[in-house]
Amino acid sequence: MIINTLLIGVSSGAIYALMALALVLVWRSTRVVNFAQAGQAVLSTYIGYETMARTHNYWLSVPIAIFFGALLAAIVDVLFMRVLARRAQQGPIAEIAPVITTLGLLGLIHSLIGLIWGNTFVQYTSPLSGKGFTFGTHVIPFSPQNLLIVLTATGVMAIFAAIFTFTDLGLSLRAASFQPEIARLAGIKVDRVRTVGWAFAGATGAVAGVVITPTSYLSPNSLDLLLVTGFVAAVIGGLESLIGAVVGGVVLGIGFAFILQYIGPSVTFLAGFIILMVVQLVKPHGFFGHKTSRHA
Amino acid sequence: MTEGLVVKDLSISHGAVSAIHNLSFDIAPGELVALIGANGAGKTTLLRALSGLIAPQSGTATWHGTSIVKTKPEDLVRVGIVHVSEGKSVIPELTVRENLAIGGLWRRDKKDVLRATAESLELFPVLNERISQRADSLSGGERQMLAIARALISRPELLLLDEPSLGLAPLIVDQIFESLNTLRTHVGMTILLVEQNALGALKIADRGLILNLGNLVGSGPATELLHDPHLRSAYLGF
Repeated sequence: MIINTLLIGVSSGAIYALMALALVLVWRSTRVVNFAQAGQAVLSTYIGYETMARTHNYWLSVPIAIFFGALLAAIVDVLFMRVLARRAQQGPIAEIAPVITTLGLLGLIHSLIGLIWGNTFVQYTSPLSGKGFTFGTHVIPFSPQNLLIVLTATGVMAIFAAIFTFTDLGLSLRAASFQPEIARLAGIKVDRVRTVGWAFAGATGAVAGVVITPTSYLSPNSLDLLLVTGFVAAVIGGLESLIGAVVGGVVLGIGFAFILQYIGPSVTFLAGFIILMVVQLVKPHGFFGHKTSRHA
Repeated sequence: MTEGLVVKDLSISHGAVSAIHNLSFDIAPGELVALIGANGAGKTTLLRALSGLIAPQSGTATWHGTSIVKTKPEDLVRVGIVHVSEGKSVIPELTVRENLAIGGLWRRDKKDVLRATAESLELFPVLNERISQRADSLSGGERQMLAIARALISRPELLLLDEPSLGLAPLIVDQIFESLNTLRTHVGMTILLVEQNALGALKIADRGLILNLGNLVGSGPATELLHDPHLRSAYLGF
């Protein structure tokens, strides 16, 4: 029983972790909490759904959706964030404008999806079974699709870990996020590197969308709740740290699974906010964040 | 001889406050010029404009005859102008090795990046001992050495240095100034050294420029400035 709950928790935690990673990647590159991430991820998932409808091939739809997610995020950065950074440099507007823009984009994407695909629930299915694995006569809640979720999330994290640790691009991304001015003086094209950060985030959000959606339904708002849980996970991890985002996501997923199992579904959503508040009170910089403030 | 840095009628302001007024000067290739002035004289503002971090209101600045104003810092690095900004410009979260590496990421000639890294470590051997440590574990002097070493890996032709002696012990300051002297003498690097430490800077410089409240109030060979009683009492403070 406990193991079943744990497995389900890890599976949903993997999705929270992916969303948290997407938010952290953008936060690190541009210091913006990207509310549009839910919209970008769901639009990418619709692209996957459309590919699936035309080709009947889930495994083809996945990379197409991921590529679209990366491209869309890069476009958002170049068209909106770069322009805002240049136009609204000073005063309170400089901090608020980007966030408001991402909220506006979220609304825009919702409407766009409604116009193209309608505001109804559709099904985006994967060839993997959503029914739990069977041991003899015993069926557990953890399904092959859940296994795909966990493996995909692990793969994404391993790829990022390798890029950030071992490649020049990873070093540029870290330098540009820690000290953009010094990075620039060292010759790093910080604007481009930021766009790469956005593209990574967009791809990650798309991954979350295409692997989670087959376990339920797809609608313009179907990933909105994930934005909230992803954000809570990111904050638990300190908003700066990629490892923190992953740990935050998994901890939250397991926590939710146990609350759902032993207390009840009505408390689950509330629990997210309670956890967020407790973390903010006890460790305002998260468990993997930096204590010292940083010049952005 | 080709032209080095030529600055003509440069004016820079921060919002409504004017920081530099109609400044003109030039630096020949291979020269080490010390720009001296008190806090608020506009030294940092000038360097930030020369390295592309801020845009001047009017006037021109050229390097080898090509305009460098309103060019991005990352592009100026590619034409050989490297700025070591004020306050130990290293990235604290990265290791010494990584801080050095970022200076060479943009360069195609990876062999020469290796060579430049080896030369920088030879100039500042203490960095070799700290190579795997995070930069925030270094002392102030080591951080300044790291900042200069990182700049050298970009193979600068014109090195802009903002107060490398700030807050450092005299012995460390001597060591850093000595390394600049080496770069000028043995590498032929052109250096614009901004300093409050007038005495130390003029001792190694070919020429000095004295900036006061955004205006050039004196210039000449460093040895003359060192012995000019008026300048000494009014601006140099020794």
